[in-house]
Amino acid sequence: MKIKNKKRMGIDNRRSKIGNGFVILLLLLLGAFMAFPLYYTVIQSLKPSEELFQFPPRLYVIRPTGQHYTELLQLMSNLWVPFSRYLFNTLLVTFTGTILHVVLAGMAAYPLAKHKFPGRDALFAIILLGLMFVGQVTFLPMFIIVAKLNILNTYWAYICPSVGASLGLFLIKQFIEQLPDSLLEAARIDGATEWKTYFRIVMPNIKPAILTVFIFQFVNIWNGLSKEMVYDEQLKVVKVALEQVSASNAYARMGSGMAGSVLLMIPPIIIFIIMQRNVVETMTFAGMKE
Amino acid sequence: MKTKKESGNRFFNYFKTYKTSYLMMLPYLLFFAVFTILPVIVSGVLSLTDYDMVQKPVFVGLENYFQIFLNDEYFIVALKNTIVFAIITGPASYVICFLIAWLINELKPMARSIVTALFYIPTIVGAAGWSVWRLIFSADQYGLINGILMKFGFVNEPVGWLTNEEYIMPVLIVVQLWMSMGISFLTFIAGFQNVDKTLYEAGMMDGVKNRFQELWYITIPAMSNQMIFGAVMQIVNCFAVGEVSATLAGLPSTGYAGETIVTHIMDYGNLRYEFGYACAMGVVLVVMMQYSKKLATWLIGKMGH
Repeated sequence: MKIKNKKRMGIDNRRSKIGNGFVILLLLLLGAFMAFPLYYTVIQSLKPSEELFQFPPRLYVIRPTGQHYTELLQLMSNLWVPFSRYLFNTLLVTFTGTILHVVLAGMAAYPLAKHKFPGRDALFAIILLGLMFVGQVTFLPMFIIVAKLNILNTYWAYICPSVGASLGLFLIKQFIEQLPDSLLEAARIDGATEWKTYFRIVMPNIKPAILTVFIFQFVNIWNGLSKEMVYDEQLKVVKVALEQVSASNAYARMGSGMAGSVLLMIPPIIIFIIMQRNVVETMTFAGMKE
Repeated sequence: MKTKKESGNRFFNYFKTYKTSYLMMLPYLLFFAVFTILPVIVSGVLSLTDYDMVQKPVFVGLENYFQIFLNDEYFIVALKNTIVFAIITGPASYVICFLIAWLINELKPMARSIVTALFYIPTIVGAAGWSVWRLIFSADQYGLINGILMKFGFVNEPVGWLTNEEYIMPVLIVVQLWMSMGISFLTFIAGFQNVDKTLYEAGMMDGVKNRFQELWYITIPAMSNQMIFGAVMQIVNCFAVGEVSATLAGLPSTGYAGETIVTHIMDYGNLRYEFGYACAMGVVLVVMMQYSKKLATWLIGKMGH
């Protein structure tokens, strides 16, 4: 431990004080740029109406109020589809899509990482190519396919497109690759089938990767749920419903719009903060050779 | 007769040997094929047709592509804007991510987590997060930027940041920068933490003098794989810019000043129902992404050696 510290100090000695000051300044500036919009969203959602329309706009709130939040909830409860239905749809779709993706991608990642079979490299190359075919680019043909499969305007229209995404599979595969082969050999010698090896040995050892993909997928589905694919009011999700409410009279409902934004931002942020350590560990293996 | 049977058996054995591998991948691959690969193939096929989703597609050859490049002045604007995003926000946020990750690598774990969350959160909050930019750049005196500028007398009239053709792109670039730090940033954080510490000590013996030399000679070569992954993610990000422009500047934006290839596809696909034409633009976009990836990989490879 002591030796380590000494070495560390040796490295640190080469770093100038001016350099450190500059680093801190730069971090503060960029940090302010990153944090300010989030801060401003919260502030605006807490301002009473007379403070929202005040010149010049203030960066802080004098008399904070929760009126926009209660107003928003009132608006939501007056809709003909109850709010609980939107919430139920959101949770159902987000969790089904996320879990399905994590399970199927994990199952596919194992042979790609640890088995030798004809066509493996070609297949992986195609999956890497798939990293570029994201929803924002292929939304039109996706719409056509969803329509032709007759799942337009159903929960599946939310779920299916995200299950086939390739980022999750890529991350899990890279993570499995660094597991020692001896671990798998031991299981095989005990007579475990490959399925058993995967579920009993591999899966418990790749928890960080699974949790990371869980976050990415959750956030993707949470934010990406589209208005075009599902148009039945009863099947819509919270995000779309909130957007409809705040967009219907954007100016007068600026405050409740911001309150809605705050509420929508909370779940992804909480999930990320809880699982941050796993994410960093997973990304360690996300390197790509070319 | 005999040989035929044997080869049939061989094929059967062959499949039997690898059966488990294939079976384990099958469910995922079905989704992957239908919802990731098929859309691109459908795009490619429909791009050669005239199609409105009501009537059967009519084969028109390369007509759509000629139209795109020779006859659609707004596609050229969209192409130009997309390239601007690719050239400015892509490399800028890549470099910023890299520098920040490098700088905070030496902080205490707690401080590092806070900074990481700060830089990653704008990426995951989606539309709920970026809608606040509409208030910041609002065209009236209650908009934050206008309020400040007017208060201090820089301007007398509120500026239409999101309606004036001159300002739309700069504003969108700022917003895009804000929200594109995400995944490549995380990759770099992880990459820096994973560089073998003994390499630094060896570097000191070899005469590495300051932290920039250390970065250039030791760290970058050691994490070139992570850097390639970060670049790929960043390329996807900046070529896919569209929703931000549509939400903040409108679809279409004033004088098409904020048009990108993605918003142009939305315009032709969602509003005009010219699917064949829109699909052709999608194909052009995918090809551009692919070549940018090749370029970025090549550049990083050069730096690494």
